[in-house]
Parts: sequence; structure tokens; C-alpha cells
Amino acid sequence: MEKQNEVVLFGTWASAFCKRVELALKIKGIPYEYVEEDLTNKSVSLLHYNPVHKKVPVLVHNGRPISESLVILEYIDECWNNTPKLLPEGPYQRAKVRFWVNFFDHQIMARLLPIIMTRGEEREKAIKEFNELLKVFEEGINKDFPEEFPFLEGKTLKYLDIVVGTALCNYEAFHEVVDVVFSHEKNPVIMAWVKALKNHPLMKETLPPHDKFVDKMREKYLGQYP
Amino acid sequence: MAEVKLHGRWYSPFPYRVIWALKLKGISYEYIEEDLSNKSPLLLQYNPVHKKIPVLVHSGKPICESMIIIEYIEEKWPQTPLLPSDPYEKAKARFWVKFVEEKAPAFWSLYRSTGEEQKKALKDSSETLKIVEEQGLGEKKFFGGDSIGIVDIAFGVIAHWFGVFEEIVEVKVLEAHAFPRLHAWKVNFEEVPVIKENLPDRDKMLDYFKKRRIESLSASQ
Repeated sequence: MEKQNEVVLFGTWASAFCKRVELALKIKGIPYEYVEEDLTNKSVSLLHYNPVHKKVPVLVHNGRPISESLVILEYIDECWNNTPKLLPEGPYQRAKVRFWVNFFDHQIMARLLPIIMTRGEEREKAIKEFNELLKVFEEGINKDFPEEFPFLEGKTLKYLDIVVGTALCNYEAFHEVVDVVFSHEKNPVIMAWVKALKNHPLMKETLPPHDKFVDKMREKYLGQYP
Repeated sequence: MAEVKLHGRWYSPFPYRVIWALKLKGISYEYIEEDLSNKSPLLLQYNPVHKKIPVLVHSGKPICESMIIIEYIEEKWPQTPLLPSDPYEKAKARFWVKFVEEKAPAFWSLYRSTGEEQKKALKDSSETLKIVEEQGLGEKKFFGGDSIGIVDIAFGVIAHWFGVFEEIVEVKVLEAHAFPRLHAWKVNFEEVPVIKENLPDRDKMLDYFKKRRIESLSASQ
């Protein structure tokens, strides 16, 4: 008897959080149906599957919904227990990976909106803080994962690669629409990592096209913060 | 047996989460009280990024962030599991852990602020409790079912600390008539022996947070 394995992903194409899940599914070779949501007109399904936050991404596996991108990623890794594994095996390594993913989401990603919202000196200050946090991240990753880091081309993508790549690989669009925040001079190790990630076939396949993303960013951010 | 040490602060809910997990699993540990106005060199060495407690040190290796520590403890010492074994139920538990982590700052803001900011904190806190009441607990005694689990531990801040904040700012949010399930959960949670025996003294906490509120309000003037 064939095992039922129906996977549906509710997402929006420009969201890094949704791209994380798509990329994880592709890395694991999991077939899925994708449903594009219009967040100005949320579907009945989305509201039913994520009544608490009413947000994307939501993964629905055999009719059961899971929300929150990082929770979904860990779920995918546990449920499809085949290689490649997204998280390391050992508890201490897992704790370190979770720590840095947490740091990336709560400290680094959180600094992007202040950059978008500010101008002049305030923005310069916000960009400086962003670069300093990236530096802390670089040094921390280097110390905690000396063998894994930096990412070399052709390697299998893992948890940190997924989170960092889906957020930062579109940096050129951010630079075009908002400001230059990310450079080889200020954050050489992360820049090298992101450039290598950009060339990974699954990342290329998953990331939104540059021009389309630029238009979306202009519409979303410059519309709100002219 | 390898040594386990926990760096904490007596009034903070975050190290208590770790204490409860260690006690539930019967893991011996040494507790080190940190003075956060004068952080020990060890703490700065173990948590250079955030310089915060709790930090669990196991055989000299530090783990930071309370809920990450608990996932580590769960994986290292599987007895008395705190997480469901089914991946879907585990994901649901992690969802609620993330939820309280995201929403808890409003509780802290409640005791620290005044005026408009406090009104907002009150509104946000009430909305959070409402969501948990209606969608989080269901008919279960605990989030973990018949016994406490990782979500109960994460929500401990609501059980013991939120009431202190309510008292300091003279509001009453978590009342039995408004939140029957959550209120019953709070009472049951605090009766669990491991929890009951491992809580900071309420009067001492009230004193401490009252002083903190005065300090933080006068500092911001």
C-alpha cells in the first residue's frame, strides 16, 4: 500500500521565510504543491491552517499544518529522516546551530527594517550596527564550526546555509532599492559565503528573479517610507 | 558523571526554565548565582555574544538561550521526556514555545512602562493570553497533556512572574472568570512538586521588581 505523503506549502514568492521552506523541501527531494497567497486577501485555507498568526509560510503535511519557518525546517528534517540532514547529529552541535540561526533571525534580520525606515545619519548608524552584528556572526560561526565554514561550492546546503542564503543572496536588490549595506570590505567571510550560496543550483532555482524582486521591494518599502 | 553547571539569576524566569528541566529529569547540577551588574569573567567567556544568563555548562561546554538549553537537555538526557516523540506534536510544541518567546516582551514592558506604552503592553498581554486560552490549551490540564512538558516550562513566566507584574502596576488581567483554562493551568502548574519547590520567593520578587520599575522610570526622565 502506498504511503500517503501529501505536502502543501502556502507562501509568498518574495518572502525569505517561505523560500527557506521551499529550499529545504528541494534539498530533501520532497515533492510538494505550492500555493501562492495574496496577503491582502488571505485564503480561507491559510486562516484555517494558521489561525494564531495568519501568516506564511505554512506547511501542510497530510492535512496537518505546521507554522513558523524554523519550526517547519526542523520538522522536515525529522520527518524525512533521509540524507542530506539539515541539522547536525550531535546535541551540542545542534545547540550551536540553533543559537546562530536564532541570532541571525532576531539580531541581524531585525536590523534591516531600521535601515529601510531611516535616512541620513540615522541610516548610517543603522548600517554600521548591521555590519557589526554580521561581524559577530562571522566570528561566531568561524569559532563554532571551524570545519564547516566557510561554505565551499558544491557542498550540500544545511540549516545555516538555508537561513542565511534565502535572506542575503538577494543583497543586490536591497542595494539597488535601499542602500549598500553589505560589502566584501566590511564582511569578507559572509560575502564569500553568500556569493558561493548564490551559485548553488538549488539556491538559484529557489530565489526570486532579481528584477521582479527589485520591483516588489520598491513597491513594498519605498511606497511606505518614501 | 560529567559535570553540569548552571549560571543564573534568582529573579529571572529564564534560568528557572532550565532548573525545572534538570530537576524533572533528575540531573544533578551546580548552580552559580550571577550578579548582572558585575558579570563574572566565566559568564563573559561562556556567553560572549549576549553576556546573559542562563548559561548551561556541560563538561566545560557552554550552551546559551534557555529554550535551546532545554532542547539540548532533552537530547542528552531522554528520561522524563519534555517533548512529544511524534514529529508533528513536537512541531506544535515548538510553535507555542516560539509564540511565548515572541509575545513575552509585552509582559516585561507592562511592569516597566507608564502611560501609552503601558496601555499598549496591557492590550498586547491580554491578547496574548486570549490566544493561549482559546487556541493553545484546549481541554488539557497541561500543554504537555497529563504532565508538564516544554511548553508548560516556557509558559512558566505567565504562571509566576506575570502576577507579580500585575500587582506592581495594579492591574488584573489573568483572572479566573476571563481566562478559566489558563487560570486553572496556572494553579495546577504551580502545584507540580518540581515547580513548587523551585520558584523564587514571591515577596522578594515583588520588592525587587518594584525597585527596578522605579529605577527604570526615573532613569528615563
